Amino acid sequence: MDYNFHWRPVFRDLPDLVEAGFVTLQVAVLSMLIGMACGIVLAIMRMHGSAPLRWVAVSWIELARNTPALFQLFFFGFGLGAFGLHLSPFLIVLCGLTFNNAGYLAENFRGGFQAIPETQMRAARSLGMTAAQAYIRIIIPQVLRLVYHPMTNQMVWAVLMSSLGMLVGFRELSGETQFFASRTFRIFEYFAVTAVIYYVIVKFILGSSRLLAFRLFRY
Amino acid sequence: MIEVSELHKRFKDLHVLKGINLVVEKGVVLSIVGASGSGKSTLLYCINALEAIDSGTITVDGEDVHAKGTDINRLRRKLGMVFQQWNSFPHLTALENVALSPRIVRKLSRAESRDIAAKQLEHVGLGDKLNSYPSALSGGQQQRLAIARALAMEPSYMLFDEATSALDPELVGEVLDTMRLLAEEGMTMICVTHEMGFARDVSDRVAYVHDGTIEEIGPPEQIFGDPQSDNTRRFLAKVR
Ligand SMILES: Nc1ncnc2c1ncn2[C@@H]1O[C@H](COP(=O)(O)OP(=O)(O)OP(=O)(O)O)[C@@H](O)[C@H]1O
Ligand SMILES: [Mg+2]
Repeated sequence: MDYNFHWRPVFRDLPDLVEAGFVTLQVAVLSMLIGMACGIVLAIMRMHGSAPLRWVAVSWIELARNTPALFQLFFFGFGLGAFGLHLSPFLIVLCGLTFNNAGYLAENFRGGFQAIPETQMRAARSLGMTAAQAYIRIIIPQVLRLVYHPMTNQMVWAVLMSSLGMLVGFRELSGETQFFASRTFRIFEYFAVTAVIYYVIVKFILGSSRLLAFRLFRY
Repeated sequence: MIEVSELHKRFKDLHVLKGINLVVEKGVVLSIVGASGSGKSTLLYCINALEAIDSGTITVDGEDVHAKGTDINRLRRKLGMVFQQWNSFPHLTALENVALSPRIVRKLSRAESRDIAAKQLEHVGLGDKLNSYPSALSGGQQQRLAIARALAMEPSYMLFDEATSALDPELVGEVLDTMRLLAEEGMTMICVTHEMGFARDVSDRVAYVHDGTIEEIGPPEQIFGDPQSDNTRRFLAKVR
């Protein structure tokens, strides 16, 4: 093998790569927060909704879980584009990831909801709480604890999935790397460094998730 | 006053309540006894509308519980309920368990709600457990927590659904003592119970439910000393 490594260009661009890492983290966190909200609503729609609502929820969940994440991204890019609706690369990635997160999380949440005894709801309602108050104050906090680990996994998955953004022109970590790499032809070096940055991001998420759990779940 | 008239309740093909008529005046302690599956819990759940009814009417202080326009969440504040499974909220401390509904349902301030919660926990003998999570409390303590939680809504009536039957025998006494205390303070109570001693000593009236109707109702001396119905006599002979 007569390939000579040249690391200098990568280190020169490192600040830009790190900055792109923050873009990745940002889109992943946002897609996770919105995805959680959608996932809870989808789970409730699937369990208690009328027939049309159930149909919407089941279709969403099935599509999100059984088609490639890349196609889901393409739908929000080229798919909507074909109908004249052009989203920015950031929005394409955000919508695609959120769609995927919500589908996976909805099934986790459904399992969580079913694990909470029905009597918790009865007790809350007997105290005069509305159904919404009972969900928000009593049921969902318990569900979030039950699905905390699957949620952390999904968050990691969202970070890694966001690398698909480079295929729709989004300058997150992978897109940015691709841009620099093709300019200097130091493809291996750039992607090696980027892999390390991904690794650091994931470890950071796992660490903060553990800290947060420690703060949140005292019982 | 709680008034139940011609109440019918079915679960699909199962006709559980077949024309219940019942009046509970203010200040009365009523015990409801009867065989397992006779519909005692269902009757309580119909009174605070945790179950829908098929026909008949239930009024609380003149207000129709199951009428369309009734604000059931407001009405339920008057009807404290304690369940067989104590149902503490596991993610909240004892104080938070009790303070939550005063704050979000009665819309009191955080400080007021906490004061009320602390006072009610003191009342049921849990004054030293304010910051404990339910997982650190015994069954009897959790059941007293559930009583404090219901009392914090300042209800006019308390409904008890076999409050002691999921407890270890040595913990039954402390919960019955708390219920006795409430009765002495003049709370209006409907207690579904298998504790015949409690029914005889504490209640003003005892109702025997048989096959979806009230077979016999009267003062405890009559029900336990001189039952008028054969079914009542047979049931009491069995549980003694
Ligand atoms: N949600 C429900 N769906 C269908 N059947 C039900 C439901 N709840 C109760 N039942 C049935 O209704 C009947 C009366 O039940 P209920 O719980 O009121 O009896 P109970 O007198 O409280 O008995 P126990 O002393 O065992 O608590 C039983 O046959 C029970 O199986
Ligand atoms: Mg029962």
